[in-house]
Amino acid sequence: MNKLLKIFTLDSLIIPVVAVIFGLIVGAVIMLAGGYDPILAYSSLFTSVFGDAYGFGETIREITPLIMTGLAVAFAFRAGLFNIGAEGQFLIGMTAASIIGIKITGLPALIHAPLAIIAGGLCGGLWAGIVGYLKAKRGVNEVIVSIMLNWTALYFSNYIVRTFLLQEGQQKSVDIQPTASISLQGLSMLMDNARMHMGTLLAVLAAVFFYVYMWKSKQGYELRAVGHNPNAAEYAGMNVKRNIVKAMFISGVFAGLGGAFQVLGVFHYQDIFTGSPGIGFDGIAVALIGMNHPFGTILGAALFGTLTSGSSGMSFGAGVPPEIIRIVIGSIIFFIAAQGIVRWVLKPLYLKRKKEKVL
Amino acid sequence: MDWITTIGQLINTTLVFSTALIFASMGGIFSERSGVVNIGLEGLMVFGAFAAAVGTYYAEGAGMGAASPYIGLLAAVVMGVIASLIHAVASITFKADQTISGIVINFLAAGSTLYLVRLLFNGEGETPLLQEVFRKTNISGLSDIPFIGEVFFHHYPTTYLAVILVFVSYYVLFKTTFGMRLRAVGEHPSAADTMGIKVSRMRYIGVMMSGALAALGGATIALTTTSMFAHNTISGQGFIAIAAMIFGKWNPIGALGAAVLFGLFQAMGSYFQLFDWASNIPQDFIYMLPYVLTILVLVAAVGRSSAPSALGEPYDPGKR
Repeated sequence: MNKLLKIFTLDSLIIPVVAVIFGLIVGAVIMLAGGYDPILAYSSLFTSVFGDAYGFGETIREITPLIMTGLAVAFAFRAGLFNIGAEGQFLIGMTAASIIGIKITGLPALIHAPLAIIAGGLCGGLWAGIVGYLKAKRGVNEVIVSIMLNWTALYFSNYIVRTFLLQEGQQKSVDIQPTASISLQGLSMLMDNARMHMGTLLAVLAAVFFYVYMWKSKQGYELRAVGHNPNAAEYAGMNVKRNIVKAMFISGVFAGLGGAFQVLGVFHYQDIFTGSPGIGFDGIAVALIGMNHPFGTILGAALFGTLTSGSSGMSFGAGVPPEIIRIVIGSIIFFIAAQGIVRWVLKPLYLKRKKEKVL
Repeated sequence: MDWITTIGQLINTTLVFSTALIFASMGGIFSERSGVVNIGLEGLMVFGAFAAAVGTYYAEGAGMGAASPYIGLLAAVVMGVIASLIHAVASITFKADQTISGIVINFLAAGSTLYLVRLLFNGEGETPLLQEVFRKTNISGLSDIPFIGEVFFHHYPTTYLAVILVFVSYYVLFKTTFGMRLRAVGEHPSAADTMGIKVSRMRYIGVMMSGALAALGGATIALTTTSMFAHNTISGQGFIAIAAMIFGKWNPIGALGAAVLFGLFQAMGSYFQLFDWASNIPQDFIYMLPYVLTILVLVAAVGRSSAPSALGEPYDPGKR
């Protein structure tokens, strides 16, 4: 319990909390400028999320993949890498899970579903591994390669769906076998048919794994050392290049698993996408607001999942274009990145607190 | 005879696709030479394309006729500079992580341009089709040269502008005091500071120039090939421009070469279908091509890094 308290000390919490408040204020100002009512907007957002069982369940569905891509970004960050490619890894994870889920028949659910999940994670990891490998062996900028691979993943996934998995006459794949599904039908019934699935539980377990691996294992120690100071790590006898590839691989596994959950638990088919779904990019925001900590990431995902899930309710209730949520999320990252601004605004408060302490 | 025409057209199209990349990669060079990573080029291009389309639309409505797209370009520059200030304030004044602050630009661009488009055009997700956009023009005399004239002197005005810009950029960076100072704060800010160069001010200028130029790049797309602005008008060109900058070793002439190469990759897609042997290639692979080739080029090219040595580091005068 003490350790938990240490993680969530006031100081590490204050920046994200203030950043969220500032982000919401920026959103409100922009809504006012556009002639919309921000109070009505935020309250309809809130009602659509917490107003009924369906809205709440769908919000949890929205949060789940964000946890996974958030963990992916946070994990790479801890090892000193910027994984902007979670988007592509997520897509590859979806596609791998779709292939296994659709093409393999006659397996019991107890084997089929885990197999599809593992395939998604593995392929996401390998996709990210390309980035790590090129970075480690050739020194190619991981950000550029990741972004190029995001587009490649998009069109590659579309190719797979179009060529091998297509539902005749539609822009999506056929449904996965029922044995590959990880939907929780009983729970969904309870939640007014919101799409609940096992993935949510697995996402929380993934966060726990992240924590234990990163802070309780030798391998995690090495990753953090490499992330902190590659030269010092090298001098201490650690294999920096191998650690870079490993960090990217594990990071990609998280994102790939997220994609697999989405196919196996939510849609049960895969679309031919015209544009990237964006969950990987949101993962960057989630990881940042979670201070790159696994448990913080869950909180960040909860926040952004709530905002995203409520945005349609908001545009329905108050007529605000749902894109406003992108602006709010962008502003929140801005305030977290430029912590100086938050500190500067809070400066009078800080001074006050110090004075009180002296007294 | 026929394949000569095809090659001529391919080169022409290549230059059309390269134009936006050239503008944006010049922008990237000015920012990164001053020591500020600008991964927000993509977002700045989105802002530019949006402002250009909207500016042109209203200029059309005001009866400005053929001058409208130039108003659009101007609107793009203003918008780009304003948007880049967000990046500058966060990363220079408040010493935010430059990559993250660039990502913020991309997030804000995607959200706010669509928000504004919906606001301005009754909830539509895209601007109306523009009437007054740039048309391919000939340069009298030069355009009459057979083949060469058709390939190199039958272009949008923006393409000529882009090529001129490259040489201006080269001159400014390497032959003027301003350029030397800009490079100095990117290579060794504390030494530059000692010499009396205002590091923050130079970096602000570098980032704002990148905002203006990247926005112009986005504008050229909206005002030539698409004639409108929608959410997918800019799809990765900003990032490809960054790759062009890296491949061109942060040198305007090098980036020009890289931008033309990447432009060729994009142009090839539309020409592949003309060939019998290529008709079996699935369209998804053709879409993939520019991105995959970009990676391969980067892998092949990267040797000793020639990035500005203080790139990505916020300048802290108190630090040794």
